[in-house]
Amino acid sequence: MNAPSSMRSAPAGQHASKGAIRIQNVDKMYYAREGAVQAVSDCSLDIRAGEICMIVGPSGCGKTTLLNAIAGFHDITGGTISLDGELLCGPEKPKAEPGPDRVVVFQNGALFPWKTNLENVAFGPVMQGKMTWAQAREKARGMMADAGLVGVEHNYPGEVSSGMRRRVEIVRALMNDPKVLLLDEPFRALDSLTKSVMHEALLEIYYKNKVTIFFITHDLEEAIFLGHRVAIMTTRPCKPKKILEVDIPHPRNYSVLTSPRFRELMEETVNAVHEEAVKAFEAGEKEM
Amino acid sequence: MSAVVASAARPRPRPGKSIFRHHVVRAVISIAVFLVLWELGSRLKAPWVGDVPPPTVVMNTWLPLLTDQGYWYSWYQSSRRVLSGFLAAMLIGIPFGLAMATSRVFNDVTFPVFEILRPVPPLAWVPAAIIFWPTQELSIGFVIFLGAIFTIMLNVIGGARSIDVRFFQAARSMGSSNFDIFRRIILPGVLPSIVVGCEVGIGITWNVVVAAEMISGGGGAIQSSAGGGLGFFIWNSYIGFSYPHIVVGMISIGIAGYISSAIIRQLGLMVTPWMRLR
Amino acid sequence: MANGKQATSAGEIGAWDIFTYRFSKWLRSPTPYRMFVGFALFFGAWFLLSEVFRVWRFASLPGPRQVLTEWLNPNPVYGMSLYTPEYYTHVWMSLRRVLIAFVIATGLGVPYGLFLGWSRNFREFTFPVFETLRPIPVLAWVPLAIVMFRGDETPVIFLTTLASFYATALNTMLGVQSIDEAYPRAAACLGASKWQIFRHIIIPGALPFIFTGLQISVGVAWFSLVAAEMVSGEYGLGYLINTSYVNVQYPVIIIGMISVGVVGYVSSALVRFAGDYLMQWRVRELALGGGR
Repeated sequence: MNAPSSMRSAPAGQHASKGAIRIQNVDKMYYAREGAVQAVSDCSLDIRAGEICMIVGPSGCGKTTLLNAIAGFHDITGGTISLDGELLCGPEKPKAEPGPDRVVVFQNGALFPWKTNLENVAFGPVMQGKMTWAQAREKARGMMADAGLVGVEHNYPGEVSSGMRRRVEIVRALMNDPKVLLLDEPFRALDSLTKSVMHEALLEIYYKNKVTIFFITHDLEEAIFLGHRVAIMTTRPCKPKKILEVDIPHPRNYSVLTSPRFRELMEETVNAVHEEAVKAFEAGEKEM
Repeated sequence: MSAVVASAARPRPRPGKSIFRHHVVRAVISIAVFLVLWELGSRLKAPWVGDVPPPTVVMNTWLPLLTDQGYWYSWYQSSRRVLSGFLAAMLIGIPFGLAMATSRVFNDVTFPVFEILRPVPPLAWVPAAIIFWPTQELSIGFVIFLGAIFTIMLNVIGGARSIDVRFFQAARSMGSSNFDIFRRIILPGVLPSIVVGCEVGIGITWNVVVAAEMISGGGGAIQSSAGGGLGFFIWNSYIGFSYPHIVVGMISIGIAGYISSAIIRQLGLMVTPWMRLR
Repeated sequence: MANGKQATSAGEIGAWDIFTYRFSKWLRSPTPYRMFVGFALFFGAWFLLSEVFRVWRFASLPGPRQVLTEWLNPNPVYGMSLYTPEYYTHVWMSLRRVLIAFVIATGLGVPYGLFLGWSRNFREFTFPVFETLRPIPVLAWVPLAIVMFRGDETPVIFLTTLASFYATALNTMLGVQSIDEAYPRAAACLGASKWQIFRHIIIPGALPFIFTGLQISVGVAWFSLVAAEMVSGEYGLGYLINTSYVNVQYPVIIIGMISVGVVGYVSSALVRFAGDYLMQWRVRELALGGGR
């Protein structure tokens, strides 16, 4: 699953065979106080194994619903979602089982405040019975060091900066050798300076681990900088409007941001997203 | 958040699901089971429950009372005490609480005294109140007042302190005077907490009223025929060995307490319509 | 911050340093002097009204000097002071009852509240009965409690336990419901089973509310206890207050009231300290200005 480092320069998806998500004609309707709301309608998307797929769209359009369906937090009312050919959820089984093959990193952070950073990171394998606490703590220490998190192992999440918390959460997810990392606007609450550092940190982690990344964001620059592909979604109900191939080669660093190809891609993306953003604004949609 | 990974809101069960999934049906079932267990436990002389009259006997005792004037007069007396004590507590507690929240000086002077008086349970004041106040009604009223006022004040202070400082800043930058700020930022901002304080306070008030009425009926501090009310009704039933009446009295007070809480909640929602969306 | 006695490592400031810093800062502010003014006004007014000028009904009230001299008297007029063993008997009896009630109420209330918050099925089947019984004021149970549980101690303890139980269970349930749903979801993603989530997420997550509930529960316990003692039972501070009125030993009434206040306050503070100790993570988080 962990593609060797010599594969770094190869386009994603060609060699890694795990972590391909297939979303087919997915519908999601739910009942809120105002009545029935169609969050997702006939949405189909193929996410290649080992790629970073960015999901972009106006707030409240249903992107998080899609992520929740993949993760197994919500059920779907139509269509199927499968991971590497295995059905996650479909008509017979409307809700997927949450599991360590698709770990979520949450928008506002979900590090357990009552456990230290180290205990948080070690949590997954111990719960699954794969390691003892001692073993997990050892491995956790190593992985945290790899991610540049030294000296904060015995602090509580509330005591460290939000950028650091995000990194700890990502490492916590990676401890479980997931096939897919589901990121729900993880850097939304960070200031842009911390964000740019986090981007590079994420890419570094990605190059070492080659998981499939499903990344929801509304930051277009972030999307093009990180992603292999950017899927632009329509306003509610959610559906891919346009999928961009970001053909800037990996590994990337921040000089990419000012390259002409980057600017071209930004232009394409902005045009596509703006239309949807205006629609969402006028509809006055409350974020879900 | 019952199920760990609950799906989005479902106001009614989907068609096809068993009727036993509906929460109202379940509530009815559970209360029915409770009543049956009580009835059986009572009739079969189970430990403890055996001495309690069964629900059927209680109902039989209660029905004739519904047309008894004296019974409803007890309701009136207790409710009157609750209302007057509670209103007095609000009339004094809310301004005091607001003063403590807005003026640092006032707070520093009065809060410590408040804090040392607060741990003393209201009923511990009963004898002192009787010594001090000329009539029994006034003593009971005073104790009720004490019971409610601490809760109300605490909630007012907490509520005023928790108003987001940015509201003040926004108001000032738009040129509001102090009075305006008080009227348009502090008062509405504090209202939800006042409502919560009142909901908690009314429960305490009922407790104090019932206790005061029982004490006035029983021996001890208050010896007088003036009294009455539902608490007195319960105590009297106990003294007179009419145990079903005890339970009738308890249920009556429970209903009265529930109604008053519901009224407060409704009034609260009317006064703070923006909270409805929470 | 030179008193680094408890500094855990170089650069880390210990709790003692923080305490001394805060205390000296407090002393330099106007706050303690205003507090002094407040106490002076209160006790001064009480003293002047009841002992010196004997205004209106205040004349019959014992004044602070009377109360204090009696309380600190090795040979008290009414037999009740800090030097008499009978005083401590009463204090201990009340304390003992609250302790027993609190332990039972917590032992029953916390698990019950946890399940109420955790399982929708459990809640929908058991909460209605709980909510139906709750509006009945605890003190309205006094006669029935005496009928059901013969003897002197059991009814009093039952009443106190009931009051504490309501507060504990309710606050625990609210605690569980207040847990951000991201936490159990994250745990599920990480492969935790339902019971593991309950143990590692729900219980620690609800702890802040649980401890708030426990503090309320202690306060409510004293409230109910004193009332119950005034009506039935022997010994105890409520009983003392009541009988000293009947026996026209007025200063003892005030002694009783103050004693209840002090013991009640201390017990509440103990619960708060226990909570702070168990929730180190929260104390630190709050000290740094909130987490997330």
